[in-house]
Amino acid sequence: MADALRTPELHLSEGCLSPAGDWTLLALGPHANRLRKELAAAKAIRWDLSALTRLDSFGALLLWRAWGGRLPAGTVLPDGFATQFERFVAMDEAPVPHPPRFVFTDLLAGLGAAVLGLFAHLGDFLALIGRLALDSLHLLGRPRNWPLKEFSANLYKVGVKAMPVSALVGFLIGVVLSYLSALQLKAFGADIFIVNILGLGIIRELGPVLVSVLVAGRSGSAMTAQLGVMRVTEEVDALTVMGISNYIRLVLPKVMALSVAMPLLVLWTSTVALVGGMVSAELQLGLSYGFFLETLPKVVPVANLFIALGKGAVFGVLIALVACHFGLRVKPNTESLSANTTASVVTSITLVILVDAVFAIATRSIGVPL
Amino acid sequence: MSTPVLSLRGVSTRFGSNWVHKGVDLDIPPGEVVSLVGGSGSGKTTLLRQMVGLLTPTEGEVRVFDEPLFAGTREDQRRRRRRFAMCFQGGALFSAFTVYENIAFPLREAGIATEEEIRELVALKLTMVELMPSHAALMPAELSGGMIKRVALARALALEPELLLLDEPTAGLDPTRSASFVALIRDLQQQLGLTVVLVTHDLDTLAALSSKVAVLAERRILAFDTLEAVMQIDHPFIQEFFLSERSSRALARAQGA
Repeated sequence: MADALRTPELHLSEGCLSPAGDWTLLALGPHANRLRKELAAAKAIRWDLSALTRLDSFGALLLWRAWGGRLPAGTVLPDGFATQFERFVAMDEAPVPHPPRFVFTDLLAGLGAAVLGLFAHLGDFLALIGRLALDSLHLLGRPRNWPLKEFSANLYKVGVKAMPVSALVGFLIGVVLSYLSALQLKAFGADIFIVNILGLGIIRELGPVLVSVLVAGRSGSAMTAQLGVMRVTEEVDALTVMGISNYIRLVLPKVMALSVAMPLLVLWTSTVALVGGMVSAELQLGLSYGFFLETLPKVVPVANLFIALGKGAVFGVLIALVACHFGLRVKPNTESLSANTTASVVTSITLVILVDAVFAIATRSIGVPL
Repeated sequence: MSTPVLSLRGVSTRFGSNWVHKGVDLDIPPGEVVSLVGGSGSGKTTLLRQMVGLLTPTEGEVRVFDEPLFAGTREDQRRRRRRFAMCFQGGALFSAFTVYENIAFPLREAGIATEEEIRELVALKLTMVELMPSHAALMPAELSGGMIKRVALARALALEPELLLLDEPTAGLDPTRSASFVALIRDLQQQLGLTVVLVTHDLDTLAALSSKVAVLAERRILAFDTLEAVMQIDHPFIQEFFLSERSSRALARAQGA
């Protein structure tokens, strides 16, 4: 190859230091440390750069630093290389500013920022709900403007497409729960109570929470990321400029879709989980399917089902609102997108569990046979 | 003749059932500034992306520095890749990094320069693209369009490439900024002896920068010569592209300058 690299060297003869070969980033790679040491150790009277074959700004920088930031007098400097050093001379005196050091007050400021950030989130979240409510009121008299297509598309995405995975998870949870409970119940000879445990546990509690966690991870994150990318690519701004409300076109369909899809998913997943539990109970305890199905409505009051559906709808609205809230906060950089998507999922799961606790207390006297 | 820095040998590209290029041959000698022009949809950017290995041609071969782009071990390929750099149309700055970190990133990855040397090299690159050291602390989202282009150029120059590929270097800049950016590229090209390949729609840029023009039409390189020679060719696309009234004005302006 014609332009093969020539190894960079540093020759010393009679007090004259002459770098030779290619002093470029590419060629210096394996030799940089050795040459740095040689340059530091060398006490030269004169410099001769005429043996250099190539010099780039990195090679020039090594020499420049060895020279202490100025061209030594009497240096033999071929014309072609002079510009490299002229650039250092021309370089702005002001150095690139160092990032500030972390000090104690920064910690305090960080804490303050976190608290204020929480308030900002609460404020923005309230504003989101308010805008959504106002825009929805505005829509009431104008059925032509209802975002029905978006609603339908979202319903398919968050509902129908989530069915396989929620069924799989539900079935396995049902099997495991039934299997583990059966082992305990057998010891007390209380086999038939498996129906009570599974019925109440899955329908009232596990179903809605399980589906919420799945949907928050699956659809909530997708909503945040979608809105976030739309912010980055200025699509959200384009909508605003067209005079189309972001809240009607983007947020409302998602909230509506999840508020409809979640109860249905809860119903679907709880059913599959009960089937899983029933299969396991038959295998483990010899409880017939007929007995299971006959006993279930007797021991689980129908109020539980309504509580579950209500929870599903509320959780769905919460997940969608949180997802949209974080999605619309995304700033145009990759870091913000990932941080907001994470925050969206974590916040919606936490909120769902908090609200579930509130539900548990508020409905403690309903539907629980004593 | 010296060995070409970049050569395409019978490069053909197919998207679905549609042949975008059919047998593209192009040899780019060292030190040239080659503008790649063509109608929209003629696959200029595709060709540029094939030159840097982001896309693989359906048929044919891309050679850089007289070696196939993908030849050799991982280490060989890495060394070869360090010898060329690309500036993307939108800058493609890492949005989570500051300007300083963006320029320092390739240097740190190369693992040759020490952190102190990197500081000076970054300062040097910033000076080269006519930015202030105080800009180093900014995030890409805080930069104007012209500054993004400059930072992208500084980052591309960080590893001292011999070949620089520019995708629409002046797209989205106003005429003044565009002219000053073009002047900057020309100065740097002359100082550093770079070989430059650029894709552009802008005749001002084309006339001011290029030492040669490659015309991509009818799925192949229709002409590869100096601007004056290319303009003599009697072909509908070339006539339309260079000799329309608007184009003539731009070219006259560039020659007057």
